[in-house]
Amino acid sequence: MTDTQQAAPTTVSDAADFFTLGAPIADTKAPADASVPTRWEERKAHAKLVNPANRRKIKVIIVGTGLAGAAAGATLGEAGYQVESFCYQDSPRRAHSIAAQGGINAAKNYRNDGDSVYRLFYDTVKGGDFRSRESNSYRLAEVSASIIDQCVAQGVPFAREYGGLLDNRSFGGVQVSRTFYARGQTGQQLLIGAYQALERQVAAGTVTTHTRHEMLELITTEDADGVTSAKGIIVRDMVTGEIETHLGDAVVLATGGYGNVYFLSTNAMGSNVTAAWRAHRKGAYMGNPCYTQIHPTCIPVSGENQSKLTLMSESLRNDGRIWVPKKKEDCAKDPREIPEEDRDYYLERIYPAFGNLVPRDIASRQAKYMCDDGRGVGPEVDGVRRGVYLDFADIIARVGRDAVEAKYGNLFDMYAQITAENPYEVPMRVYPAVHYVMGGLWVDYDLESNVKGLFVAGEANFSDQGANRLGASALMQGLADGYFVLPYTIANYLADSHERIDESHPAVVEAKKSVEERINHFLTTNGTRSVDSYHKALGHLMWEYCGMERTKEGLTLAIEKIRELKADFWKNVKVLGTNESLNQSLERAGRVADFFELGELMCIDALNRRESCGGHFRAESQTPDGEAERIDSEFAYVAAWEWGGEDGHSPVLHQEALSYEAIEMKARSYK
Amino acid sequence: MKITLNIWRQPNPTSNGAMQKYDLDGVSEDMSFLEMLDLLNENLNEQGEDPVAFDSDCREGICGTCSLMINGVAHGPEVTTTCQLHMRSFKDGDTITVEPWRADPFPVLKDLIVDRSAFDRIIQSGGYISVNTGSAPEANNLPVEKAKADRAFDMATCIGCGACVAACPNGSASLFLGAKITHLGELPQGQPERDIRVVDMVAQHDHEGFGGCTNIGECSAACPKEIPLDVISQLNKDLRTAMMHGH
Repeated sequence: MTDTQQAAPTTVSDAADFFTLGAPIADTKAPADASVPTRWEERKAHAKLVNPANRRKIKVIIVGTGLAGAAAGATLGEAGYQVESFCYQDSPRRAHSIAAQGGINAAKNYRNDGDSVYRLFYDTVKGGDFRSRESNSYRLAEVSASIIDQCVAQGVPFAREYGGLLDNRSFGGVQVSRTFYARGQTGQQLLIGAYQALERQVAAGTVTTHTRHEMLELITTEDADGVTSAKGIIVRDMVTGEIETHLGDAVVLATGGYGNVYFLSTNAMGSNVTAAWRAHRKGAYMGNPCYTQIHPTCIPVSGENQSKLTLMSESLRNDGRIWVPKKKEDCAKDPREIPEEDRDYYLERIYPAFGNLVPRDIASRQAKYMCDDGRGVGPEVDGVRRGVYLDFADIIARVGRDAVEAKYGNLFDMYAQITAENPYEVPMRVYPAVHYVMGGLWVDYDLESNVKGLFVAGEANFSDQGANRLGASALMQGLADGYFVLPYTIANYLADSHERIDESHPAVVEAKKSVEERINHFLTTNGTRSVDSYHKALGHLMWEYCGMERTKEGLTLAIEKIRELKADFWKNVKVLGTNESLNQSLERAGRVADFFELGELMCIDALNRRESCGGHFRAESQTPDGEAERIDSEFAYVAAWEWGGEDGHSPVLHQEALSYEAIEMKARSYK
Repeated sequence: MKITLNIWRQPNPTSNGAMQKYDLDGVSEDMSFLEMLDLLNENLNEQGEDPVAFDSDCREGICGTCSLMINGVAHGPEVTTTCQLHMRSFKDGDTITVEPWRADPFPVLKDLIVDRSAFDRIIQSGGYISVNTGSAPEANNLPVEKAKADRAFDMATCIGCGACVAACPNGSASLFLGAKITHLGELPQGQPERDIRVVDMVAQHDHEGFGGCTNIGECSAACPKEIPLDVISQLNKDLRTAMMHGH
């Protein structure tokens, strides 16, 4: 790492009491002397290669089997490496990428509507509110077209036109049609493609899958120069409870996002931060943890026993119109009886150029304001109606119910199933919910963290999406990282020889011991409160104070409350059963323990970033008309946080300065 | 609502299980079936009793993790997954019987959780198109008739949950197998390996101990993704064609 110019803070950080400032950090892998559009070609041209005969002697550990993990596993297996693949689910096919509905972007320009790699890159950087790394975002756009080719060849059944060619639709935040889709199940179809490619390698003998195994620790060693390297992982067999050691020449974390820190989110029940957090505690920096995406169109919360939230694809905003009543007294009425002139199509009114297709953060925040203003719809929860209408009456009148059903049928069915309301007849009710995190482990251009040999792919890393992700870009990033980036960059690392360790090494012994002690603690605490009740309480704090709108006062209070709750959790949690059997409470206890530490860091990061950008909205930093106000002079950097140590030790902030050469940095406007 | 549950409890794969009765109060009709079990588990935890182990993950009907025989029907009374089943499908005072999938190739691991790795091994035996990363041609060089693409998609919506096996009196996985054969067989990309794929996958299916199909149709009726029974005809047709080709 070389020193770079550090953004000079002109004011004291709001979070000054909670961290210490460390040395700046920089990405040293993107070829700086090449122009942004030529960097990836340049990097590939000079990356070191591994002789095919040597690859079978090299072991790569991959944790997670979503799009990034399965794609990387399949590709590295095809190349001839020994791949050990881990997932907590009972099959690699069930990773949560499967739930992505809407689509995947690619700069194919099949519609001849002016799309190009540059435009996808531009949209990604602008959509990310100039808080992503330019080199990474460009590469993402650059490899996007190859992803579609690869998936079609695997037999992914994308939607097609009558001429037999691929169909596209448009998504929020852009003015071209570049989204490829498979009805409302694009993530499922892409994941099954990657899963089948992975299973093909299992049959070929290059990949070994370990299902129902959860990573609980990263094994690292430190050399004489103080450089930390990843050497393997400790996992728990979730059926037998056996604690296993797996050593390898490189470790890839493709473990997804940490949205479940909010308890209610659109993530799967098992989605967690533990693998990433354990790596963080072993030295890997956490990048921009406060950047969370609140998706505007989810089914509103219906009651206190709710375990998760369900997304309605953003693609619905192509044809559905969002509105609330103009008058508060109309909120409890049947929406069909509210006349046109009494409806406020607020996104079309405020943002005439983009209308209902504004980016997610803007659509979400406006929905919150409408409901805060007392014009929300649906049942009252805690005294407020939290919902807005997403209305399909116009499109049904224009193209007919059959055409709408062909395009969105499964989404409408899903909505009807959950709410017992028919969206063909009554407008859907939607409200924002936590959906995705742009933050994640810090990586360089090679997707390698500051811990050598530890690579991070997909949602688990921080790199490509900045402070806000555009729709249909998560699938793109997962597959780009797994199929087309990691296989090159990891080879560059593996081409050099690295010291191998065996199970008697003190680093392995220590890692295993710490896992066993933690498990033992949970099982012997004999407290009075369930894991879920702590998780709910934490989630409530995070949503209240580190959700759609954040303030100095709220975040400071949240940090204090999280610390209290965490201390109580360690003393008073109740986990029954034993380690030596399938024990779901035990699994959750470990995950929630890590969510506490993550939640605290998210609040510290949000407190420090006294600007509004993308999904991070600080009430103190807004324009006179209520739009997000970025402060480039102070915050044009990636916040890479180093673990400070157990309680009482502050995290250390390393800043990576962001500069833009291919795109001019300007205020993001969708008006 | 107040309900009574009869639930299969089995501590581990080797011990014997038994049905256990639980009364549960405070159930609301907006809860999903699994949220109702969450509530039961919170109560059991409080009473110091081991919570009921059951599988679930996405809880939006797409990952295929959840299972359960509910009153003897795979995924319960609605055509959907258990996670998308809501308590409004039941009445106050109902008694509900909850069991794991019942099939030899799906051994019980604990309570309501079974091992479905046999499905992964069936896919390993040929449920893919062999194309290495980076070797794919330009996507639009290969037009696919819309009707075929749509049918391939419909069959590819299988979530691998195993309800078809649980519902079948023979414990056959023919619907699962037929869906994959039809998905890949409808597409031009799937043609080069079409014969060998069906032969190998059927062999693996039989090797895992799944039973044969006798056209009962319970599988398709239980399928939360409504995979049609005719994929089994397609499976048999493809197998016959492959054998005629000398496989």
